[in-house]
Amino acid sequence: MRKNGFARYALIETLHTVQSSFGFLDDDAIRFVARSLRVPLSQAYGVVTFYHYFSLKPPGKHTMTICSGTACYIKGADKLVAAAEKRLGVTCGQTTKDGKISLMTARCVGACSRAPVVLCDGEVAGEMAGDRMLEQLERWAVE
Amino acid sequence: MTIEELEQIAKSVQQENAKYEYEVNVCMDLACSSQGSERLRAALQKAADSSGKSVLVRRTGCMGPCSSGPLVRVDPEETLYHHVDSGHAEAIVSSLGASPVPTLQCDLNEHFEKQVRVVLENAGHIDPEKIDDYIARDGYLALLKALTEMTPNEVIQQITVSALRGRGGGGYPTGLKWGTVAKAVGDLKYVICNGDEGDPGAFMDRSVMEGDPHRVIEGMAIAAFAVGASKGFVYVRAEYPVAVARLTTAIRDARRRGLLGNNICGTTFNFDVEIRLGAGAFVCGEETALIASIEGRRGSPRPRPPYPAVSGLWGRPTLINNVETYANIAPIIRNGGQWFANMGSERSKGTKVFALTGKISHTGLVEVPMGIKLREIIETIGGGVPAGHTFKAVQTGGPSGGCIPAEMMDIGVSYDALMAAGSIMGSGGMIVMDDTSCMVNVARFFIEFCMTESCGKCIPCRAGTAQMHTLLTRICNGSGTMDDLDLLIDLCATVKETSLCGLGQTAPNPVLSTLKYFRNEYIDHIVHKRCPAGVCDIQTPAPESSNSPFEVLA
Repeated sequence: MRKNGFARYALIETLHTVQSSFGFLDDDAIRFVARSLRVPLSQAYGVVTFYHYFSLKPPGKHTMTICSGTACYIKGADKLVAAAEKRLGVTCGQTTKDGKISLMTARCVGACSRAPVVLCDGEVAGEMAGDRMLEQLERWAVE
Repeated sequence: MTIEELEQIAKSVQQENAKYEYEVNVCMDLACSSQGSERLRAALQKAADSSGKSVLVRRTGCMGPCSSGPLVRVDPEETLYHHVDSGHAEAIVSSLGASPVPTLQCDLNEHFEKQVRVVLENAGHIDPEKIDDYIARDGYLALLKALTEMTPNEVIQQITVSALRGRGGGGYPTGLKWGTVAKAVGDLKYVICNGDEGDPGAFMDRSVMEGDPHRVIEGMAIAAFAVGASKGFVYVRAEYPVAVARLTTAIRDARRRGLLGNNICGTTFNFDVEIRLGAGAFVCGEETALIASIEGRRGSPRPRPPYPAVSGLWGRPTLINNVETYANIAPIIRNGGQWFANMGSERSKGTKVFALTGKISHTGLVEVPMGIKLREIIETIGGGVPAGHTFKAVQTGGPSGGCIPAEMMDIGVSYDALMAAGSIMGSGGMIVMDDTSCMVNVARFFIEFCMTESCGKCIPCRAGTAQMHTLLTRICNGSGTMDDLDLLIDLCATVKETSLCGLGQTAPNPVLSTLKYFRNEYIDHIVHKRCPAGVCDIQTPAPESSNSPFEVLA
């Protein structure tokens, strides 16, 4: 916040910083940011819910993000999503009950030439096959 | 910084490079680095150090044919190696000065022959984190030329002569846009670079920002000089952390060299650039929504006029161009507008970068002159659809574009020709589909995308896309009727005509274009209850009453 001189327009930048430090944005964090930047709480909350990148829930220990861009979709990303949902027993955007694995989808990570792409804790893995993805999930589950 | 100093730096870098007998360039773009090109680079460096040969190992931006990655190019011979891993490092280094390693050599002459590189001329040749590498390849020469030898009007004149059109997809003449902002009244003006590459399936802006970040900054600075702006913003998606890091480094280095900041090149011109992060909203590619996002608000578009050229960021005249548009500016100023206008087709000049993906042999980035036939891009450059399948259609323009069927492969790629075919140029994603893709399902995928990405401000887009999605889902799972199809067509027209911004106005395009060329697939789903491509999971028709088309209201 200080870097941007507590400017109101730096709301999104500040929220990015908070999220990268804590992993998600809880009510206290949003309240604090809104008060510090003198932005109405409604606006801060509106911004957080508008953009997909911000998360209101804490992520699991590991995150499996499946790219759902067009190139990945054509190459079968929907099947990967279905397989992962079945294995973890959660739908996309949720975390398993034990808090170990979050399953997310992304809008396109820009690695379309290697479609279908998944991100394992932020690491890009291209040309992903269903069984390779499930192996990774299995490794995380038994950790 | 003067032109002489710039030439001095260029010369010293060239002398430095000349000390080495060989240059080994390793592609570090996302596609290659996800396959371990960092390990490869380290192994090559180690092998080079122990071999006693004088070798420069350099990390570079995207070389193009990503499907053959990780890629290594050895200069001066320009030998390209594909699918290299760290185990091959010794073999490559020991082959220097002798004949190249035959098993790794890549035969992609056809792939490169048809391409003309303007935007990507530096990609694969410079280290994107070194400003001196860029300067050694005539970097920032155009900026200094504009500042010292040209007036702002002359710069705009050159851009107008070049007939460059906006590369973000709309194709608005860049010279005209610059002229409008230059004429707008205001003591403070802004220049914005739109790097919110939301179009899924396109990644050329990412590659340019990661592989040649100074090119974008130089283009912005020239634009700022031409329109009289003193502050610039680069709006980048938060999903591209590498691009953000590279741009941050590039801006810092440019400031140190005095190429950004106050009194650039000893003139009265002041200009500085800041990075703004997007946060995952497709609609922020729309210029008024992008401005709202930079101001720290929700990215909702607003009606135009007033256009941003008159009242944009914080109510000031604002110039917004796409990354690729800015990347074209420096070569135009360096070589003159006429040089650029000599390339391309009659009404679309220059070159265009496409991200070739989907069911095709050589995926990756290609840069081709406008007017090239689609068939040449897909069959010659892309190597065609992998064996055993037949080519069905190519999707251009992302969720706002359309599908062009195999019969129309002989049209030339230009803004107008693609528009006439029911698609758009878009930012340059080209997704190839073969006989295993169901066109109805593809249309549903795009509508689903537009439905979730709709900002919700105007009703045609918010509720219309949701209804279209319901109808398409019904058709996909076999419970659709011919009435549904008529309703769908009707709805497409309404959403297209009445939506507020580009997202809604173009959202029906994928449906309309698939209906135009693949109507029989829709009929197959509705009447014969079968999916020709075998993608859709068609159940036995459910009773009509349980599925009223107006059940879901957004």
